[in-house]
Amino acid sequence: SHSIPVRSSETEDLRVDGRGCEDYRCVEVETDVVSNTSGSARVKLGHTDILVGVKAEMGTPKLEKPNEGYLEFFVDCSANATPEFEGRGGDDLGTEIANTLYRIFNNKSSIDLKSLCISPREHCWVLYVDVLLLECGGNLFDAISIAVKAALFNTRIPRVRVLEDEEGSKDIELSDDPYDCIRLSVENVPCIVTLCKIGYRHVVDATLQEEACSLASLLVSVTSKGVVTCMRKVGKGSLDPESIFEMMETGKRVGKVLHTSLQSVLHKEESLGPKRQKVGFLG
Amino acid sequence: MAMEMRLPVARKRLSESLGRESKKHLVVPGDTITTDTGFMRGHGTYMGEEKLIASVAGSVERVNKLICVKALKTRYNGEVGDIVVGRITEVQQKRWKVETNSRLDSVLLLSSMNLPGGELRRRSAEDELAMRGFLQEGDLISAEVQAVFSDGAVSLHTRSLKYGKLGQGVLVQVSPSLVKRQKTHFHDLPCGASVILGNNGFIWIYPTPEHKEEDAGGFIANLEPVSLADREVISRLRNCIISLVTQRMMLYDTSILYCYEASLPHQIKDILKPEIMEEIVMETRQRLLEQEG
Repeated sequence: SHSIPVRSSETEDLRVDGRGCEDYRCVEVETDVVSNTSGSARVKLGHTDILVGVKAEMGTPKLEKPNEGYLEFFVDCSANATPEFEGRGGDDLGTEIANTLYRIFNNKSSIDLKSLCISPREHCWVLYVDVLLLECGGNLFDAISIAVKAALFNTRIPRVRVLEDEEGSKDIELSDDPYDCIRLSVENVPCIVTLCKIGYRHVVDATLQEEACSLASLLVSVTSKGVVTCMRKVGKGSLDPESIFEMMETGKRVGKVLHTSLQSVLHKEESLGPKRQKVGFLG
Repeated sequence: MAMEMRLPVARKRLSESLGRESKKHLVVPGDTITTDTGFMRGHGTYMGEEKLIASVAGSVERVNKLICVKALKTRYNGEVGDIVVGRITEVQQKRWKVETNSRLDSVLLLSSMNLPGGELRRRSAEDELAMRGFLQEGDLISAEVQAVFSDGAVSLHTRSLKYGKLGQGVLVQVSPSLVKRQKTHFHDLPCGASVILGNNGFIWIYPTPEHKEEDAGGFIANLEPVSLADREVISRLRNCIISLVTQRMMLYDTSILYCYEASLPHQIKDILKPEIMEEIVMETRQRLLEQEG
């Protein structure tokens, strides 16, 4: 019976915790938290806690795209997050999130995959992006996409050179300097904005309680310039085409602000330099 | 629209900021409390190898010869006379099963429930069939603990007009150890909202009704829309309670009220930011100390 006050509040832009319909909870972002990865990030959005690690490994390019590297996503819903994820309970959600991540990156401009190519048809960099759900507090997709973007920003791929022998066999040489790396441009990496329909309005960044009251949600993947790369509807309720259009417009607007905030935090963290105080997990 | 992203800040240890002289004796499961065998064992302890060992994580309390460990975060253990707020999970033959954050589901017997009109009569077969009309799955009720079964399950009753089905409001779930035992758990706060502090850790915040509906007997839930001003007060109270809980302060009407007053200069949604939360609770703590001393 707590759903009734939630539904009537939305009509006047005041949610249970005092936020407006387009306000996010306080987000904490920290990169470079896992030392044996090429890049990592941890994002805390209210009670939602996500850890992403990126490992760069050498592999063979795909047959249909011989000049490009690629990304592989894997999502692990840890049993620490909620008791429902015990055993194989979290597998379905994990596959769903991984498939959504594949979809939002499935276009030419999100990530420059050509820069991941070492030698065409033979060697390329494969980025294995592992997402770990530490705690579930609502709005998983947004938090995961923010963490993936931050981790890709933090990723440092070692610089390699291809040397060719007289016989024609190729050898890959790693640079001696461990700090000689290439970094990825994450300007066009999209972030997901989830809009949940509650009553007659839609809200951004729903808590677990608000998600329970919402019958239908729209996931919009937006880049920093406001371009929508993909859209998906979840939930068993139905959405009016007009609502979908409004929610998409809200998603674009909110997405642009999300990207600007994330970019400024990541640059601020980088400006503190490698000697900055890391808070990590016991802070 | 507001969007705030920031870098994490390491939290300060509470004891340093408080300057507390007397340190509490904190234990974790398996810690030895004492090797002196002259003490009686209370809750949360067990005797093993001639030593008294703690079985829960919490602080040690000693009353003369009785040692017990009061756990920080537990499930609710029912005591007769406690006020609880619970949610109906099942409708069975002559009773309802109520979820009260305890180890077993609590039970609300049909015979312990007030009938509409306050009449006193034996419950008939028609009453049994009409049970779902009174309380359905998902409804929230306030009730009092009538008895505790031998396995720890709690039996509730709503045999007073102040208990019954709850209407519009906000539920906050906290640990039962943070709710202070008081004479009354129903408070009408001067800021414009009322609060029920359930001993089981379920706290219900609702708008103060203009007139007391005595004849309904707690059945007809008021489903009219709540005004914006009332809703703001309720949201602010909810955020204040959450900040008190995060800083592990006991919850009772005075602490909630002081916290509410300390939070007035801030916007409602800002109360949950870590630094503002610390500031508000610090001010509340100081006011409470001044009031005691």
